Amino acid sequence: MQHHHDEHLPLLDGFHEQYSVHLDKFDGPMDLLLHLIKKNELDICDISIAVITRQYLDFIKLMKELNLEVAGDFLVMAATLLQIKSRQLLPLDDHEEDAAEEADPRTELVRRLLEYQQYKEAGMVIGARALLGREVFERTAAEPLLAAAQSVEGPLEVSLFELVDAFRLLLQRIPAESFHDVAPDDPLSIADCINEILSLLQERETVQFDDLTRGEFTRERVIVTFLALLELCRLKLIRIFQGSEHGSIWFVPAVAADPSEV
Amino acid sequence: MNSELSAIIESLIFTAEAALSTDRICELLNEFDRNDITYALAGLHTDYQGRGGGFELVEVAGGWQFRTRPAFHSYISRHIKTRTAKFSQSALETLAIVAYRQPVTRVEVEHLRGVDCGGILKSLLEKHLVRILGKKDIPGRPLIYGTSKEFLEIFGLKDLKSLPTLREIQALDAVPQYERQEELQLEPELSFPVEGQLPLE
Repeated sequence: MQHHHDEHLPLLDGFHEQYSVHLDKFDGPMDLLLHLIKKNELDICDISIAVITRQYLDFIKLMKELNLEVAGDFLVMAATLLQIKSRQLLPLDDHEEDAAEEADPRTELVRRLLEYQQYKEAGMVIGARALLGREVFERTAAEPLLAAAQSVEGPLEVSLFELVDAFRLLLQRIPAESFHDVAPDDPLSIADCINEILSLLQERETVQFDDLTRGEFTRERVIVTFLALLELCRLKLIRIFQGSEHGSIWFVPAVAADPSEV
Repeated sequence: MNSELSAIIESLIFTAEAALSTDRICELLNEFDRNDITYALAGLHTDYQGRGGGFELVEVAGGWQFRTRPAFHSYISRHIKTRTAKFSQSALETLAIVAYRQPVTRVEVEHLRGVDCGGILKSLLEKHLVRILGKKDIPGRPLIYGTSKEFLEIFGLKDLKSLPTLREIQALDAVPQYERQEELQLEPELSFPVEGQLPLE
């Protein structure tokens, strides 16, 4: 039916419009499959693979005709559908025949579809909630003064992601020129760095990330310090905090552990 | 009912920077009995509920906080900029999977959704809705993800247990049977005959 598209251009226009709406709607191959199942009034547990596969492939063809890049994920699903269909057509092996009941090639797909449907709906339920900063507002005190007071008042816990991010920022700050050769007789070891941090923490309650690298602001120093901190964290000897969002990162000794014992 | 205690607790919550947990309130008010405090909190909660005012006392992310009623958001947004963007369907789906299945790896999320989720997970991480819980002890040591405290705060959830269960969500879906019917009536127009065939079995 190729002539449809070639000879009736106005028709094709309608096509574009119609499917651009659709494309926005589909959030991947699972979403498209669910849509096709609903559209054909099929029971999700007993889908006609022939019908679904044909319409699915039509859709992919259309995406190509509209010069849209067909994501690999859509092709993977197309291959899965074709594989299921071909398995349905093939006669069963002798020893497979016993398990014929369970060996419905659709089972795995149906299970995935049902599961996906659940999460899709869960997403809609979550999305329908009144969001803070959008439908619901808290009493804000976002004055700079108050924010400063907050960072004095007490540290916040930071996530690994933020720690890595702080590290990335720090690396960016290192000037390219300061990149110099390290004499082989002066190796910087993580163990030394750990001891240094621990002795610093014995002197005072809290240490800032910046304090640790102040003396020698080189890429090597920063990396070794970072690794030492992660190691200390892993050994549960220190705890890491951040004063405020994008603020300095602080370290305090973990309460339970006594550094001198290690 | 100790009305002074109620008033004290109210003042604490009012001045707090963030949601104040019951534990923290008990810590601050160590001269009072914990049972009295929880009783007073429950009383305050119902008072605000019944008052029908512009804001209410809610329990979010394990703490108590005053928040405006959602019904008034259109008025509030006239003078306060909304700072939360609406979430896309992909983001919500991914968030739902992480919330219900945590701890979960990227591969598991992608298997469920059938699409690459790297970009979405990264943006959820940047928005602090999702956090890295650690690494899974399997070959490749993939990162495992979970939801954050901010997730509870933004979506106004007391804790993860207060999310509706997947079973409840399914039950919700079962009710609007007529809605589906409506959608089906539109189908003949929607299913454009790509290869000149309508899906008739």
